[in-house]
Formats: sequence, C-alpha cells, structure tokens
Amino acid sequence: MSYPLNPQLFDEDVTQEPTRAGFGRGLKEAGEKNEAVVALCADLTESTQMHLFKEAFPKRFVEIGVAEQNLVTVASGMARAGKIPFTSSYAAFSPGRNWEQIRTTIALNNMPVKIVGSHAGVSVGPDGATHQMLEDIALMRVLPRMVVIAPGDSIEAQKATLAIAENGQPSYIRLAREKTPIFSLEESPFEIGKAYILKEGNDVSLMGTGTMTYELLVAAKILAGSGINAEVVHVPTIKPLDEDTILASAQKTGRVITAEEAQVIGGFGSAIAELLSEKLPMPVKRFGMQDRFGESGAPAQLFKEFGLTGEQIAVQIQEWCKDTPRYHQT
Amino acid sequence: MLEEAGSGHSAGPLGMADIFAALYFSILNLHPDDPEWPDRDIFFLSNGHTVPVQYAAMAEAGFFPKEELMTLRKFGSRLQGHPERDRLPGLENTSGPLGSGLSQAAGYAYTLQYIDDVRHRFVYVMMGDGELNEGNIWEAAMFAGKNKLSQLIGFIDRNNIQIDGNTEDVMPLEDLKGKWESFGWHVIEIDGHNIESIIDAASQGRAVTNRPTMIIAHTIPGKGVDFMEYDYHWHGGAPGTGVPNHEQAKIALEKLRTLDGKIVPEGAGL
Repeated sequence: MSYPLNPQLFDEDVTQEPTRAGFGRGLKEAGEKNEAVVALCADLTESTQMHLFKEAFPKRFVEIGVAEQNLVTVASGMARAGKIPFTSSYAAFSPGRNWEQIRTTIALNNMPVKIVGSHAGVSVGPDGATHQMLEDIALMRVLPRMVVIAPGDSIEAQKATLAIAENGQPSYIRLAREKTPIFSLEESPFEIGKAYILKEGNDVSLMGTGTMTYELLVAAKILAGSGINAEVVHVPTIKPLDEDTILASAQKTGRVITAEEAQVIGGFGSAIAELLSEKLPMPVKRFGMQDRFGESGAPAQLFKEFGLTGEQIAVQIQEWCKDTPRYHQT
Repeated sequence: MLEEAGSGHSAGPLGMADIFAALYFSILNLHPDDPEWPDRDIFFLSNGHTVPVQYAAMAEAGFFPKEELMTLRKFGSRLQGHPERDRLPGLENTSGPLGSGLSQAAGYAYTLQYIDDVRHRFVYVMMGDGELNEGNIWEAAMFAGKNKLSQLIGFIDRNNIQIDGNTEDVMPLEDLKGKWESFGWHVIEIDGHNIESIIDAASQGRAVTNRPTMIIAHTIPGKGVDFMEYDYHWHGGAPGTGVPNHEQAKIALEKLRTLDGKIVPEGAGL
C-alpha cells in the first residue's frame, strides 16, 4: 500500500502550517479523549500552541513561569499522581536546560511525561543561535526509555501528539515555529516506531526526519529529471527506529542519504549510521548542521546558508552518487 | 549497612533517624502491605543520598524483610545506592541528583488540590540543607507559594553540613526561615531529634489550609555517635570518606544502642 501524499505537494501555493499548530490541536483532542491529560507551560503558552488546551481545560492547565527545571519535575510529580503531563517550552530550554531532571525524574523514574520542544532548528530564524535548538535529538535519543518523534508536517504532529498521549512512556516531540508544506493527508498513516516509504526508487534512499522530509521529496523530484530514481523514506520516529523499513530500503538501493534540521553529530543521521554500520554497512551521507551553530536571518536564507534546501541537496546527491558506488551484498 | 556496603553517607541518615521514625510510625498514612494504596500519603525523598535511613524505616515498618537491608548498594539489590522507584515498592520517586524532590512533591500536591479535589491526602518531602543551593528548589518554592499548596509539607534536615564543609561557609542559607516565609510558606522550626515536636509540626502543617508548610528540623549530623557528630567529614560523597570501618561501625552501633535517655524532650520549638 502506498503512502497517500498531498496531491498539491509541489504546487506553489501548497498549504503550509507550522508543526506546532498540529500539536496544539492534537493536545486539545487528547484532552477531550482522556481526562488524565494535563498540560504545563513555561511562560510560552501561545507560542507553543498550548492555549487551545488551556482554554478548553483551564483546570488541567498549569502555568509554571520561566522555570524549565520546575516544569519537568512538577510534571514528574503529577505523573506519579496518575496524570499524563505534556510540558512545553522552546526546545532550547526544554530539554536544553533541564536535561538532568528529565533523565532522573522522568526517564529513570519511568514516568509518562511528554516533553514538547517547540521552535527547534535553524528555521526559528531572526532569534539567532541561542534559540535555534539543534542538539535536542542527540540529547533525547540517548536516554533509555525515551521515545523521540519529529513530525513531518502539522497533520502528522497532531497524530503524533495523540499517539504519545496514550503510549505510557516518557516521550519527546520536536516541533518547528515556521510554516512548512503539508505533504501528508488526514488518511496518511502514523504509528510510533514506523517509517514510511513516501516514494519508491532504486538508486538511493533519502531518509528524512521532521520537516526535512519535504526537502527530500523536492530533491527526489529534481533527481528524477537527471535519471536518478530516489526512494524517499520518512522517519518521524527517531527512537525507536523502524529498523525493518530502513534496512529494507537500504538493502534495495545500496546508498543512504539522511536529512535533519539538527546536528548530524548525535542526531538522526547518527542514528541511521549507527544502525547501518552494525547491520548493513554501506555508504551514507548526512545532511543537517555540520558541527556548527546557526545565526540570525530569515529562515529561507539560513536554509540556503546551511545547504538544507531540496535543490541544494539534489545537487549534492548527484555529485555524491557519481563517486559513490551502490553497495551490493554478496 | 554502610560498613557492609563499603560506601555511602553516614552523617545525614543518622541525623534524620528520628524524623524517619516519626514519619513511618506516626505521620504517614500508609499500608506497607499495599504500597500503591490509593488513599495513602505520599513521601518524596529529595536528598536521595540519605536513603539508607529511609530503607531502614521502611523495613522496620514492614515494606520488605529487614535482612534485605544488608544488600544495600550491592549488585542485584532493590536497595540501590540512590533510591529508584521502579525497583522497590513503597518508594514514590527516584532521586540522587539534588534539588528536584520539592518540585515533584509540589506537582503531586497540585494534582490533589486543584485537579482531583482530594483533600484528605498529604504530600511530604524531605530535603537536605546543602541541596538548598540548587536553583530548582527555589523554582519549586515559588510555585508552591503561588498556588498555596496546603497539602504540601516539607522537611529540611538542617544539620549545617555539606560535602565541602559547613553550609554557612560553602554557601550561606540564613536567614532560612525568612527566605521560606517570603516565598509564601508557613515555617516551623523544631528540634529534629524530639519525636513529639516532629509529630506536632506535621500536624500543624496539615492544619494550615492556606499555605504550604516547611519544617526546618535542626539536627545533629551523625547523631548518637559522638565521633561522627557535627563533623562534615562523615557526610560522605568523596571517595573513601563518610563510611565507618569495621571497628568504627562496631563502636557506633554500641553507642546507638545506648541512646535511651540521652535524647532530651525539651526544645519543642513551637
């Protein structure tokens, strides 16, 4: 069964929305479905789109103020009292500032607290490097028990929010501030721990997480014009990885590209490289932040500067494929 | 236990023994044979390194067999060096890194008071004085004060020592009572070795319905073992410190067993 893609995907006026908007809707819906869902925010309620939940369930919303360590530890206590707490802030602050509290009182303590890191990536733009969280994937995926999800668009963010509300585990969801094209449809599947083949191909596997999957779809379209039939694999769940889908695609194409709006060191690209180097060693090229910080600028400018646009990625892949023979298992 | 384990912290747990006796045999409403009993009071240990005294109190109260105490800090034991909730029924939290217990207690108390509308259960939390250096504590202090979490009752083990020395030399805490009061807390100062005062203070805390309560319990670190008392070197934490050798442990236990009549009842501090 092929993945249902938005037919307007490549139109100029494709619908765009930030993933955080999908989260806001999903959280409200999760609150309607389950009374145990509560929400805590560190003085960024509207920014992180928690205001929808707050308006619907004022009694179940807790304002913490600018105190991210308290944010997640109060949530841990509420989880011990039987609640399913969602905590939100900018990813730079949570999990950026409060990692040890998350490690001890949520992951080791095995509490089903949900950490919602909004405004992740360089696409935060003008705020600059301090607010452009690029290390969160590495920080969260290293924690035992932690589920890590970077939704590809706002529709998927809504589904992912509903899913983690019911998974009973410590979970991290990574969201973006900026609008990005919606490539999925309401009927597209989402399940924690599953990767999806968005476009089949034989020459190279393009594996993306978060909103970078859209850029890979653009790249694949360009590559098709120059005779490279790329497969696009969307990997919204960075942990646990869908090893079967990833290895099957890699086995088929023999070359793997990864893309993320985060540090490739320790990030999604690392996760894929780790898997492949143990189970199916083959050429891998990772797109993302190459061990540097971001800076102020318009999101589109920054994407160009860091080589993250679909067009730039396509050019790089063409070059790389020329010099990189496909791996064939003997 | 600590001699057997070969590492750990001596002074804090000894100084808190009276408070833990009061907690597990008077203050806390618990069913040791049903640790998840839904109507129970909640006790969070924030300064996880003092957990040996909690283990001892729990064993005495019947949460697990006393023989298990000798497995402290050993491979395969449910009695981890710092408490892990997942491993031992009856523990409410996992702690060790300092400063996060008050927030967890506040989160539980908030849930009871504002979300579940349950008023007959109380949430207690034990903190060390050294850990009050942590910023997370004061975030929680503001949060609990703002929300008037009246079912939250904190204890501070005010023994004046931490690993690097005396608290007022390392990072002064005074005026400690004034600090908590200015954050909106009801504060009680007691002699932490007077069982009656401990029980009375908790009772007063439960009766205060418009504020959280902080009980500053003045304790003697290493209480009951004269060569450990007041000496921060017995706090433990650095390699090779804080744990008695066989001879010291033997003397210490003899001294502890003859404490009867040595703890004076005056100084209730109320």
